[in-house]
Amino acid sequence: MTPVIKKTEAKTNGKPFKVIGQRVIRPDGVDKVTGRAQYGADVILPGLLYGKVLRSPHAHARILSIDTSAAEKLPGVKAVITGKDLKPAEDKVAKSGESSVNYSYLSQNVLAQDKVLYHGHPVAAVAATSIHIAEEALALIKVEYEVLPPVLNVLDAMKDDAPILLPNLRTKELGEVVSDKPTNIASHEQHARGDLAVGFAEADVIVEREFHTNTVHQGYIEPQNGTALWNADGQITVWTSTQGAWDQRRDLSEILHVPLSQIRVIPMEIGGGFGGKFPVYLEPLAALLSLKSGHRPVKMWMQRDEVLKATGPTSASVIRVKMGARKDGKITAAQAWLAYEAGAFPGSPVGAGMGVIFAPYKLDNVQIDGYDVVVNKPAAKAYRAPGGTNAAFAGETVIDELAEKLGMDPITFRRINAAKEGDRRADGPIYGRIGFIETLDAIEKHPHYHAPLPEPRAPYMKVGRGVACGFWYNWDGKSSASAVVNPDGTVSYLEGSTDIGGTRASLAMMLAETLGIHYEDVKPMVGDTQTVGYNDGTGGSRTTYGSGMAAYHLGKEIIREMKQRAAVLWEVPADDINVEGDVYSYGEKRITFKELCAKLDETGGPMSVSVSLDTKGAIPALATHVVDVEVDTETGKVNILRYTAAQDVGRAIHPSYVEGQIHGGVAQGIGWALNEEYYYDKDGHLMNASLLDYRMPTALDLPMIEAVIVEVPNPNHPFGVKGVGEVPIVPPAAAIANAIYRATGVRMTVLPMNPKNVLQALGKI
Amino acid sequence: MSNKVLVTATINDEERSFVCEPRQSLLEVLRDVLHLTGAKEGCNNGNCGACAVIMNGVLVNSCLVLGVEANGAAITTIEGITPKEGLHPLQQKFLEDAALQCGICTPGFIVAAKALLDKNPNPTEQEVRYWLAGNLCRCTGYDKIVRAVLDAAATLRAEKQAA
Repeated sequence: MTPVIKKTEAKTNGKPFKVIGQRVIRPDGVDKVTGRAQYGADVILPGLLYGKVLRSPHAHARILSIDTSAAEKLPGVKAVITGKDLKPAEDKVAKSGESSVNYSYLSQNVLAQDKVLYHGHPVAAVAATSIHIAEEALALIKVEYEVLPPVLNVLDAMKDDAPILLPNLRTKELGEVVSDKPTNIASHEQHARGDLAVGFAEADVIVEREFHTNTVHQGYIEPQNGTALWNADGQITVWTSTQGAWDQRRDLSEILHVPLSQIRVIPMEIGGGFGGKFPVYLEPLAALLSLKSGHRPVKMWMQRDEVLKATGPTSASVIRVKMGARKDGKITAAQAWLAYEAGAFPGSPVGAGMGVIFAPYKLDNVQIDGYDVVVNKPAAKAYRAPGGTNAAFAGETVIDELAEKLGMDPITFRRINAAKEGDRRADGPIYGRIGFIETLDAIEKHPHYHAPLPEPRAPYMKVGRGVACGFWYNWDGKSSASAVVNPDGTVSYLEGSTDIGGTRASLAMMLAETLGIHYEDVKPMVGDTQTVGYNDGTGGSRTTYGSGMAAYHLGKEIIREMKQRAAVLWEVPADDINVEGDVYSYGEKRITFKELCAKLDETGGPMSVSVSLDTKGAIPALATHVVDVEVDTETGKVNILRYTAAQDVGRAIHPSYVEGQIHGGVAQGIGWALNEEYYYDKDGHLMNASLLDYRMPTALDLPMIEAVIVEVPNPNHPFGVKGVGEVPIVPPAAAIANAIYRATGVRMTVLPMNPKNVLQALGKI
Repeated sequence: MSNKVLVTATINDEERSFVCEPRQSLLEVLRDVLHLTGAKEGCNNGNCGACAVIMNGVLVNSCLVLGVEANGAAITTIEGITPKEGLHPLQQKFLEDAALQCGICTPGFIVAAKALLDKNPNPTEQEVRYWLAGNLCRCTGYDKIVRAVLDAAATLRAEKQAA
């Protein structure tokens, strides 16, 4: 289906783009369709050893003793490490990606010290000459545990008499520790404005509901991996699949107590991340095993059960929402209470969820309270618009119910309350040029919104259509890039953002557009921590924005240098040289970029340039989705019949990859909405640690997904870019819940909306 | 230490011999012994399809086949699907249609899709979705993958007709 691209103002002085907006072939494409691309687990080095991790069989236990002697004696075993080999890291917090990291917790998560805090928590690691010998060695390690009672959900963990995970944890109450009582509540934060009592008194209708959502995983197809060589000179090289090579370098430095300058992180091709491949897991262990095995390289990669048990997931949550509105459709008050599971260590995305929950709307009276709570599950990590999907599930369901109670069309109701440029969000910032209303318009005008629903296939099949909206912050951040201009007219372009979904193409397109040259004449490569300047990671929907801005400024630097070369050639002042596309001219004299490149040698020799930026000016992404569902009221199964997602992307640099981000976000959102969840037994064992039992959508579960690209350019970016990747996962759960309501008359307040939970809501079980 | 077995198989039209332990999977042999790392390990238990190869004309997950079972077999991996010149229509359409994002599942999808088109040169969208339900992709929502397979099928039919 041809996508609808809505063009608004274009910041091109009336001229069309030459490269931007084209659907070019990605530069890394051939390697990826022929199997040649080198991902983290594909690293092969001379003398390579294989590492494996011994993990806790308990959700909560004290480690009494570890005996590794038998494992060490097994032929082929070269090194064994336990928590004793890892000097505790400093108890300090630093920014990491869009969130933050406490190195002490990160270190304890990598390898347990005195306690294990979740099923799958690493307790020891082995390096051996084969993966099978390493596995045999794990079985020979004897660990004595004192099993402790686990706490497995957020409400239990918040109780006064709950088992305590971290004895030193104290609640940060609005930023300050006010009590010395041990607790599982790491923090309570609040956003408030106006007067709730006044707002609710003014309301003609009030809706109040409580929502429960379960733990879900990012589900990248490539398991975590890491290969490390701790050389005899003290230099550490790490090859890994990471979203943030510089974040990893810093984390390794803090955990291993080695200066940054001694660590080189080489980001390999990465098989998905969705936020979950920022933190280190195996890399520090591989480095320690390398050191202990006599400086041999050690490769580690996780099995899928390890990925599910011990990496990533995002928080289960309990969210209470109360909203009131007048008959004319104006929302008068909005209140939310969010409690998110952080897993074993503080750091759930509750803060982000607090910002997302009411973000699309202009609110005068609002209060949002958020709690970050530790439980005996793996430490929660970022997952695409972290904390946003569950927050929007709650907020947008209540919005839908308010519209219904007022007898208003759900899009009309949202438009009445829609935030626009200049409005202040509940969490503080004032909106720049957002395109929320434009996405409402796009869906309202879309044929999908007006198409009759299909006839139910059987009397027990019910069909319905739902709408929901979503917000994501987007991030700008720091980016560096460098370029070599070649005599044949091409530009070798080194950038530092891990390419997780085609950004080498979009960044090369922006550099080509700036230089006025063909896309094929830009040769992009992803650098590492030693070959290119600092880059914030590939996350926060920042790459096309921040690294795109670096590409633009890199192009401007190249143009400045090229003008100087033309000035030398023609013996005229560089400032007087005119540049139009790829043509440099002075009076009657003219020379193309390519021709000038051939004269580099005689005009000053080789040319290379670099830029490093701390970019600002990201503008949030907003989206409106509409979905048709079919509910089998006999089995509780929900089928997605049709899905349309409209999103303000600022500017679609490569429309195919923009659509791809929207498709992928929607698909993950559908999985979260309908199937995906962690099942724990009462003792805290994860019972569905496989991709058969942790059921992500297959090709057979989904229809085609129509992405409607809305372009409201970001005035802060040379090409109008806003972030794209995260917001599409925010609305789906709410949109599907609202569609189920329209089909069945039942409001869903639990995720996932799987057959069991749907039948329960229908009162059938 | 288990006894090692000498195995000879035809892999991508080349005769290859390797020594393998009975506990090694075909995937492990392909990746760690023969260094054919195009087949990916996503789950190691047959749930994700990233390690798909064609063995004696049948699509299999190489993580569920033992290396010793490959003795005498003809195996095609992603590396063997690439023709001497240019790309296979599936590879070409995956690129043109932007049917990959991170690309880790791509070799498995292309191998699986080839196995489908070898049997059914004119599949419906539903048939493509059904066949590819054994391959997981977390990036694309399958939309562009399904289109690329349908487009490649059309190209292959046109090529066959022209021939």
